[in-house]
Amino acid sequence: MSVRRLAPPEMQPKEFAFSKDNLAWAKQQVAKYPEGRQQSAVILLLWRAQEQVGCWLPEAAIRYVADFLGMAHIRGLEIATFYTMFNLAPVGKVHVQLCGTTPCRLRGADEIEKVCRNRIGDQNHVTADGKFSWVEVECLGACVNAPMVQIGSDYYEDLTAESFGKVLDQFAAGKKPKPGPQTDRQLSAPAGGPTTLTDKSIYAARSRE
Amino acid sequence: MLADKDRIFTNLYGLHDWGLKGARARGAWDGTKAILDKGRDGIVNDVKASGLRGRGGAGFPTGLKWSFMPKKSDGRPHYLVVNADESEPGTCKDREIMRHDPHLLIEGCLIAGCAMAANTGYIYIRGEFIRERERLQAAIDQAYQAKLIGKNNVHGWDFDLYLHHGAGAYICGEETALLESLEGKKGQPRLKPPFPANVGLYGCPTTVQNVESIAAVPDIMRRGAAWFAGIGRPNNTGTKLFCISGHVMKPCNVEEAMGIPLPELLERHAGGVRGGWDNLLAVIPGGSSMPLVPAGSDQADTLLMDFDGCRDKKSALGTAAVIVMDKSTDIVRAMTRISYFYKHESCGQCTPCREGMGWMWRVLTRMVEGRAQKREIDMLMQVTTQIEGHTICAFGDGAAWPVQGLLRHFRPEIERRIDEYSRNADAHGAVREAAE
Ligand SMILES: Cc1cc2nc3c(=O)[nH]c(=O)nc-3n(C[C@H](O)[C@H](O)[C@H](O)COP(=O)(O)O)c2cc1C
Ligand code: SF4
Ligand code: FES
Repeated sequence: MSVRRLAPPEMQPKEFAFSKDNLAWAKQQVAKYPEGRQQSAVILLLWRAQEQVGCWLPEAAIRYVADFLGMAHIRGLEIATFYTMFNLAPVGKVHVQLCGTTPCRLRGADEIEKVCRNRIGDQNHVTADGKFSWVEVECLGACVNAPMVQIGSDYYEDLTAESFGKVLDQFAAGKKPKPGPQTDRQLSAPAGGPTTLTDKSIYAARSRE
Repeated sequence: MLADKDRIFTNLYGLHDWGLKGARARGAWDGTKAILDKGRDGIVNDVKASGLRGRGGAGFPTGLKWSFMPKKSDGRPHYLVVNADESEPGTCKDREIMRHDPHLLIEGCLIAGCAMAANTGYIYIRGEFIRERERLQAAIDQAYQAKLIGKNNVHGWDFDLYLHHGAGAYICGEETALLESLEGKKGQPRLKPPFPANVGLYGCPTTVQNVESIAAVPDIMRRGAAWFAGIGRPNNTGTKLFCISGHVMKPCNVEEAMGIPLPELLERHAGGVRGGWDNLLAVIPGGSSMPLVPAGSDQADTLLMDFDGCRDKKSALGTAAVIVMDKSTDIVRAMTRISYFYKHESCGQCTPCREGMGWMWRVLTRMVEGRAQKREIDMLMQVTTQIEGHTICAFGDGAAWPVQGLLRHFRPEIERRIDEYSRNADAHGAVREAAE
């Protein structure tokens, strides 16, 4: 279990409300669930709130979403503290989530971690310009492309200290590097080209049927 | 080797169009109406005859599970819930299905929904898979637009399919925790019974099934149960996505026949073990929850990659996530990191799990350096057996087994470290805190 607490009061904005677009979106989400089961949408709405604020989830947003769904505030707070993707305090604009689980460690996550420490600092520390922060997370489900990190919505895979450094350089320059493997490999195929699905006739045959 | 024509996931590497047009060209949504016309019993019997067993970790026979859903409705709706939480370390196969072959999954949902009299399905995808979620939603939208699913669709079985996501909690892959999370609560597993087939989502009959299990169903129905059953060995049939990570030359995902020998799997697709087969130290054949299998002629050398083959080596196929470790691996540290994972991810509701995870991790952390006493090895083993089988969900077992595997096969290595640490301590005149 990880113990997670809300950011201190002096850091918390007083109020939160969904933007007009997000409000309309939230109503659509609730409609996915049966009558009276609108609470089901809580993770979806909290996530949208976090995106609206810009990568963290203030207490006011948690209370707002709980009210929106007719839940007791404590139930909303429970969700926000249980699920680790909710950032309870501000993170950097470029927030690096470094996978530190064994399959990534076996392929050099230690090196990637060193780059994080050298360039950004300690875990959960935001650089003075507010731009970068990093945190170690558990397996992100891309283990055959290890080591890897998630930044924003994207995965950066098959990293070396060097290629990861370049990814950070590009973010620092305000650019968005190309996600996926940072080698010339085709996604999760073996490097150098697939060993399967090479028989072209299977594609022709099926489309004829 | 499995022939390309026998592969289900023909866009595994995303080289082709993932969309409806591309999927159709590869055979998806072909004759779906005729499949549904077989009716509930017809579909369930075919899936049973194919021998398909769950691809999410436990390997429960899929057709049999569907047959547990009530035959007659008592007024409560039935639900299909697809488990796309994919968080077991080493596992990264469902991701490929969702981003490259999403229509196979959607078609499978419709067929499975029909087979269990469910008009509604939810796919629960892990929160981190944001791009995969966007892709899958786009494919669902395509299917709605083409009237392949939804109310009054061309197939004659009303079926609504919704995508739902988590927010970073491994435990939500456990099926009842997933249902809690889908209901908008903390993902804490439920006591069973009652089982989801009777009391599942919103208290209604529910079947939870892994992405790969569901996505395999359309091809099984199209090509026939006998085709699927003819691949692999009895009780271990069909094709399987393997995720090969760690110390191989070319880590990759690949679809292969069940029962493929481990050395062949690694040589053929992953370029072999780094430094050659003789450089293998150990392999975890089925994701982090399963005990490791060490190198050796009666161990990894002769490991057949299916349910029975892994069981023969006192491990399990799990999700078929093959984590390879060569002789450069600090095996104690590697397993300690897995132990940390379980400490981090315990939902905290049962004492043996909540307290046991931290305890095991702390002891192992000392053992990495040899800063332990030899009797603690037995004590650690005993603690794993006190966790295993004494918790609400199988998370406790899955955390105990990897530690048991380490102690079973690498006890001499731990003892060596303890000896070395105390020798160094002696040499430096320090107190013999770690010696017996
Ligand atoms: C701690 C824990 C985590 C699990 N995680 C997953 C997961 O991420 N994906 C999955 O499909 N099944 C997972 N399972 C297995 C599910 O509980 C369930 O057995 C499975 O989804 C059933 O589908 P299947 O029969 O198609 O395999 C997990 C089980 C446990 C105990
Ligand atoms: S075994 Fe662990 S994860 Fe499962 S219910 Fe108990 S505390 Fe939660
Ligand atoms: S261990 Fe890093 S993605 Fe799985």
